[in-house]
Amino acid sequence: MADAKSPYGFRYIGAKRRTKEDPRFVTGRGRFVADIALPGMKHVAIVASPHASARIVSIDSKAALAAPGVHYVLTGEEFCRETDSLAIGVDTPKVTRYALAKDVARYAGEWVVAVVADTRALAEDAAELIEVEYETLPHVVDPEIAVNADSHQVHPAHGSNVLFHRRFVWGAVDEAFDKAPNKVKLRVRWGRSSTVPIETFGVAAQWDAGREILDVWASIQMPKFPDQLARALRLPGNAVRVHYDVDVGGSYGVKRGIKHTVLVSYLARKLGMPVRFLEDRLENMRGGDMHGPDRLFDMQAAFDNDGSIRALKIRALDDVGAYAGRSPLQLGKPVSAICGPYRIKAVEYEPTSVMTNKTPQEAVRGFGQAPTNFAIERTIDHIARHLGMDRIELRKKNLLKKEEFPYLIPSGSTYDSGDYHTVLDKAMKAIDYPALVAQRDAARKTGKLAGIGISTCLEPSGGNSAFEPLFNPKNDTTTWMDSCLVRVDLSGSITGIMGTSSSGQGHETLVSTVIGEVLERDPASIRVVRADSLNALPSNSPVGSRMAIMLGGAAAGAARKIKETLIEIAAHNLDCTMETIEYKDGNVTVRGHPDKKMSWDELVAIAHRKYHLMPQGLEPGLQAKFVWEVPTGGVLPTPDGVAQIYPCYSFETHIVYTEIDPATAKPELKRYVCGHDCGVMINPDIVHGMTYGGIAHGIGAALYEKFSYSEDGQLESGTFMDYLLPSALEIPSVDIVDHCTPSPLTTFGQKGSGEAGYLGAPAAIANAINDALAPLNASIETLPMSQDVLWRVISAASAAGTGSR
Amino acid sequence: MEKLYPVAIEVNGKPRSAQVPARLSLVDFLREELRLTGTHVGCEHGICGACSVMLDGDPVRSCLMFAVQADGHRITTVEGLTPADGTLSVLQDSFCEAHGLQCGYCTPGMLIASQALLNATPNPSEEQIRDAIGGNLCRCTGYRQIVDAVKLAAGRLAEQK
Repeated sequence: MADAKSPYGFRYIGAKRRTKEDPRFVTGRGRFVADIALPGMKHVAIVASPHASARIVSIDSKAALAAPGVHYVLTGEEFCRETDSLAIGVDTPKVTRYALAKDVARYAGEWVVAVVADTRALAEDAAELIEVEYETLPHVVDPEIAVNADSHQVHPAHGSNVLFHRRFVWGAVDEAFDKAPNKVKLRVRWGRSSTVPIETFGVAAQWDAGREILDVWASIQMPKFPDQLARALRLPGNAVRVHYDVDVGGSYGVKRGIKHTVLVSYLARKLGMPVRFLEDRLENMRGGDMHGPDRLFDMQAAFDNDGSIRALKIRALDDVGAYAGRSPLQLGKPVSAICGPYRIKAVEYEPTSVMTNKTPQEAVRGFGQAPTNFAIERTIDHIARHLGMDRIELRKKNLLKKEEFPYLIPSGSTYDSGDYHTVLDKAMKAIDYPALVAQRDAARKTGKLAGIGISTCLEPSGGNSAFEPLFNPKNDTTTWMDSCLVRVDLSGSITGIMGTSSSGQGHETLVSTVIGEVLERDPASIRVVRADSLNALPSNSPVGSRMAIMLGGAAAGAARKIKETLIEIAAHNLDCTMETIEYKDGNVTVRGHPDKKMSWDELVAIAHRKYHLMPQGLEPGLQAKFVWEVPTGGVLPTPDGVAQIYPCYSFETHIVYTEIDPATAKPELKRYVCGHDCGVMINPDIVHGMTYGGIAHGIGAALYEKFSYSEDGQLESGTFMDYLLPSALEIPSVDIVDHCTPSPLTTFGQKGSGEAGYLGAPAAIANAINDALAPLNASIETLPMSQDVLWRVISAASAAGTGSR
Repeated sequence: MEKLYPVAIEVNGKPRSAQVPARLSLVDFLREELRLTGTHVGCEHGICGACSVMLDGDPVRSCLMFAVQADGHRITTVEGLTPADGTLSVLQDSFCEAHGLQCGYCTPGMLIASQALLNATPNPSEEQIRDAIGGNLCRCTGYRQIVDAVKLAAGRLAEQK
């Protein structure tokens, strides 16, 4: 737990403080979408395609419509006629996407029919009575086949399965490869997994015909959600009201659910009844469209004999499944940290986004950065092995030094600050690295497979999503603002108003802590509410590790305006200049005149009730909004692909020790330390919690979790019995070592941390497993490194007798 | 119309009775009929533990039971862990102190599993805590602060004795 006092010298920021959110959850008083019961609400069940690729020949709904309690059966033909396609992240206008398939189903699990009935059970009964006749079509599940021109095309109208392809060259890459005395080449693969929240996606919608307004309650984490919803429904933006005071039961990027919401909203309006849809687990795993990156990397590095890395070549092939959405952009974010935390001056990056007949990909924690970090860190270990150099020495040689910041990387982003060597040293000290090496070596002598893994990785944060115009020149978005409204009411109570939902990140705690810090008022007394989308100031929602920076900055900006107003009122009434007013705890005195003072209550009363005492020109009432554009935002990429993307860069290093049982191939993570620097932590318990959780996700991605597909395109892991989420028995007790290098770009020196842990854990674990396998002369470059995969590799190596063990 | 069956269940100390279809799961009965929405639905196939409630004091999956099977039994949900005076229980308070949660979705199940552990084993080891919550999945916390919270609660409960 955090220290009672702020280590940074702040009053509240950085100190141990309980969160505002926890009490409602421990008493069962959260308000999740499934808890919202609208009067007369009807329920949806889905009929999904059993085929990876099939023509929908006919749909017979007669029996379903005659079943008890059934109100409607909706097919793609009507739905695609009456609504517009969901937004597409890249310039591929023919890859349209709707909640229900029309004519062709492109993946097993794709929604084909929606049934509305009085209860979910009755809707499911009726769904079973619907007869869909399919004619199977050719399909493709292998991304390396799908990229070929003669492959089956998932969207023939698009003319190819490739959604995006570009070769970026930043710096003198070929020259570096020509001149460098050493090169390595490797292929690594990040498996298809996701963050899989325990709450599935859900939405309830109601159309108010008298007011012509659609009310939506949904489990969401998505920028521009109301706007996209209105467009798809062909409604003006002000006819859609999204309620953000819905607790979201986990997201970590994936709770987009725009297709779910368009579907349910359409039905609610069409039927004039409130309608709800809550995914069951299979609907979520197959048709929820929340799979993460599924990515092949071909890595090359050129380096000197002393380990100095001259250049990287990265080819990435990402299988995004059957539709585009925002998923191709997950290849874009890594451009902002393409050389990792290292001094690598030339990089070639060739990303390709390709469609297959699988469940579509959605934004997952880190937005493509975790796979890229994994590929870079495997490359670093290969370089060390090639040179016979210690992995830590190699990293230290190439890590940027504290005095090199701000540091412009070849692809155009500037790293704001960092002290990577100190963080690494702290982590090594915390785990007692020499003793850990001795422990590994002793374990190996007793016949165990034991390995140490290290990773040093970046978390780009602040969510300046300039990869959007980089990957789609027709999209010239450069604004990524967030905002906050602060009100002081007549009683003197403070309310902070934000315009987005949260899924466990503690934004109410963030906003109240920041306002309390600026106004010097107890955060426990500050209420934080969420406006609906028609009342809210603009937000880009909690994506890209941005809320501590952006919502924190906006709340501070609004609170500072309030403080300034209070000082102006005081100066006017105490007959002095604003500069001589001393503000403490919300009360003021005139410098050198302790008897000349006014209290918080007196100042608030003037602002609200005593216009005769207000300075001229000042607005009565006491409220202030602040809309803040992301630092470093507002700039378009250059045509040759140089882009300033994220503003802040958090750093993490993971050191993990694993032992693999040689008989069963079961890996156990016996020691785990994470050194973490995300600048000033506004609430350390929240930051630590997200980091522990990110590491757990990383352990899942590295060792357990995989959306596995058969050759005929069937998802083989659609339940928690075959898609394995790690429990408290698999996740070790992790120790986090903090370090603070403040960001010069943010209000309090904070950086982002929402993706922490996940960005470095898979890389470190993969390196540990490979260190353990090294004595067998075996290696694995594919995630997840699950027990069955390990068993096969160990068995094969033992049979071949190639090891030195 | 589906045939209905009578059930009489003691829920959080109060007798509740209803006529329910045979296929109604216990969790749907608690959430939809009794509006006790603190108990959550996660996987509906008995793996994630979000729907955990106590049946006669033992943690069970309410998604894997029919309401009719609970007839004549005692059920405790997360709402029933909260003391009648509206304060937090020692365990609930410890979860807040250690920040043993984030989104709060798995939390009711975690509290049920942890409370059942503490009822039977007042001074559990870390291994026993991990074992007790091993059937409850959390995607936010990586379990560390949950384990810390249960340890904290055990210590505080011991002090109270």
